[in-house]
Amino acid sequence: MTTLAEGVAGAGSVAPRTPVRAGRRRSGAWRFAVLVLLGLYFLIPIAASVWFTVRDRGRGGVTFQHYVEIPGTEGFTAAFTRSLGLAGLTVVIVLLLMVPTVVLVDLRLPRLRTTVELLTLTPLVLPPIALVVGVRSVLSWAPDYFLNTPLADAFFALQEPSLPWILVLVYVVLALPFVYRALDAGVRGADLRTLTEAARNLGASWPRVLVSVVLPVLRTSVLNAAFLTFALVLGEFTIAAILGFETFPTWIVRISGSAPQLSVAVSVLSLVVTWMLLLLISALDRRRGTKESS
Amino acid sequence: MERGDVRLTTDPAPAVAPAPRRRGRRGRALSYLGALPFFLYVAVFLLLPVGVLAVEAFRATDPVTFEETWSTDSIMAITGGAYRRAYLGSLELSVITAVLGAVLGLALAVAVLRARRGRLLRRLVLTASGVLANFGGVPLAFAFLATIGNAGVVTALLTDTVGLGGFSLYSLAGLALVYLYFLIPLMVLTITPALEALRPQWREAADNLGASGWQYWRYVGGPVLAPPVIGATMLLFASAFAAYATAKALVGSSVPLVTLQIANALSSNVIVGSENLGKALALGMVVLIGLVMAFYAWVQRRTQRWLS
Repeated sequence: MTTLAEGVAGAGSVAPRTPVRAGRRRSGAWRFAVLVLLGLYFLIPIAASVWFTVRDRGRGGVTFQHYVEIPGTEGFTAAFTRSLGLAGLTVVIVLLLMVPTVVLVDLRLPRLRTTVELLTLTPLVLPPIALVVGVRSVLSWAPDYFLNTPLADAFFALQEPSLPWILVLVYVVLALPFVYRALDAGVRGADLRTLTEAARNLGASWPRVLVSVVLPVLRTSVLNAAFLTFALVLGEFTIAAILGFETFPTWIVRISGSAPQLSVAVSVLSLVVTWMLLLLISALDRRRGTKESS
Repeated sequence: MERGDVRLTTDPAPAVAPAPRRRGRRGRALSYLGALPFFLYVAVFLLLPVGVLAVEAFRATDPVTFEETWSTDSIMAITGGAYRRAYLGSLELSVITAVLGAVLGLALAVAVLRARRGRLLRRLVLTASGVLANFGGVPLAFAFLATIGNAGVVTALLTDTVGLGGFSLYSLAGLALVYLYFLIPLMVLTITPALEALRPQWREAADNLGASGWQYWRYVGGPVLAPPVIGATMLLFASAFAAYATAKALVGSSVPLVTLQIANALSSNVIVGSENLGKALALGMVVLIGLVMAFYAWVQRRTQRWLS
């Protein structure tokens, strides 16, 4: 299970310097072929999508009309801001839940490590659609069994269409594997035990240790985890669609029938923007890495 | 990096230094209390829904009296007919795409890691993989629709130039093509750490002892890489098996896939008891994945014993 998840969250990890062996040029040919073929496979759809959206069918030539139209399209603002809100809330909750747990397990409860690891990695293989069918069943208890109790009111409040908290709560589960991997890598890389023991020996209190030692050490991992979670929530379709809420991805699918070019434009834009952000974060990550010559 | 190296050869059990115990039992209890929120959360939002699924798949609603009873009707129903076809379709698609994705992803990861002066290339590929593997299938589906869908750019190009129109995106083969678009990046992300842990010294040692490239991979690189590659392939399989967004956005429900059938069963308000059918189908998915993972754990144990 560990190797299975090794590196799923590794987008921003700092790579070791692998010395390149001299000679053995013969094998360069297949590498080149792989890079070219797969490069074409990955670039053609993106290029074709861009062409699909900027081509002016009426007059010929190039138009950016479909990109300009995005902000004004019916439903975009609501769906996109809702998705941003859900993503922000998910990031906050998953970090509040996981940072203390990972640190605690590493420092004081190493015996629980396997259990925590197993539980956090389960959502990686558990089909989200199966999870959401189960969540739907639980939610249907409110009208079936708990009607006119505070619990039912709480269930209904979770399903408020303008800000569906139930999505946040389920997204936290989906984000667990990525967040755990990122934080665990940070904790392992930092030798937290020695650092905290040093701080404790110097007379720092536990809260003080957490704030001035643990959090700064984990800064990059936390940033990584937060970004992965954010991207995950912005792109998540299954849970929102099955529970019947409109988020950014379900909105794209809904408008695709009436505005095919617009839906492709939004898709390409969201992919490229997310990629740029990730590149930026990995660049920051590396600069920090070299500065501290780790 | 040394840390990662060590984990390859030795058991990953952390060297636990005896923690200073100043507060004894009470401190320990306090620590467990600190881990409680996590376990509560997982119990409520992960284990409870799956448990409910396992129970309610065996419930049935009477179409006349709306009375609920215990029944295996739903479970029986999903083993035959269209549902059986859907399971088989999903399994076929996931096995094929997982194996293809693993092979191509491994090749891409090796090619990128070994490229000379490839630091920029490598960062571009790794971040792009992070986006494609995690961002979800809806944008990818639309990118492919614009490329080789009915009105796609490449479709038009091909029909104009070669008069070719045999390939349909709205089939299992078409879905496979799109699935690979997020499975190959997932493989790259998952296998890169394992490739980085292959020490160049091993290759040099093999070279110095007169081993050929094939012998190196047969006796050194292959055995070391086998467990992570099998694990990554399993992850790809699970990911393809669970994929819903891509299929939904691409083909609606014209292809037999179990995820599409579940969504159909849930959205149908006409047939009483279709909700239970959806639960049974979902439970079937969980059970299948569970079996595959059990098999994986068994294989993993075998390979580890063989390695040590």
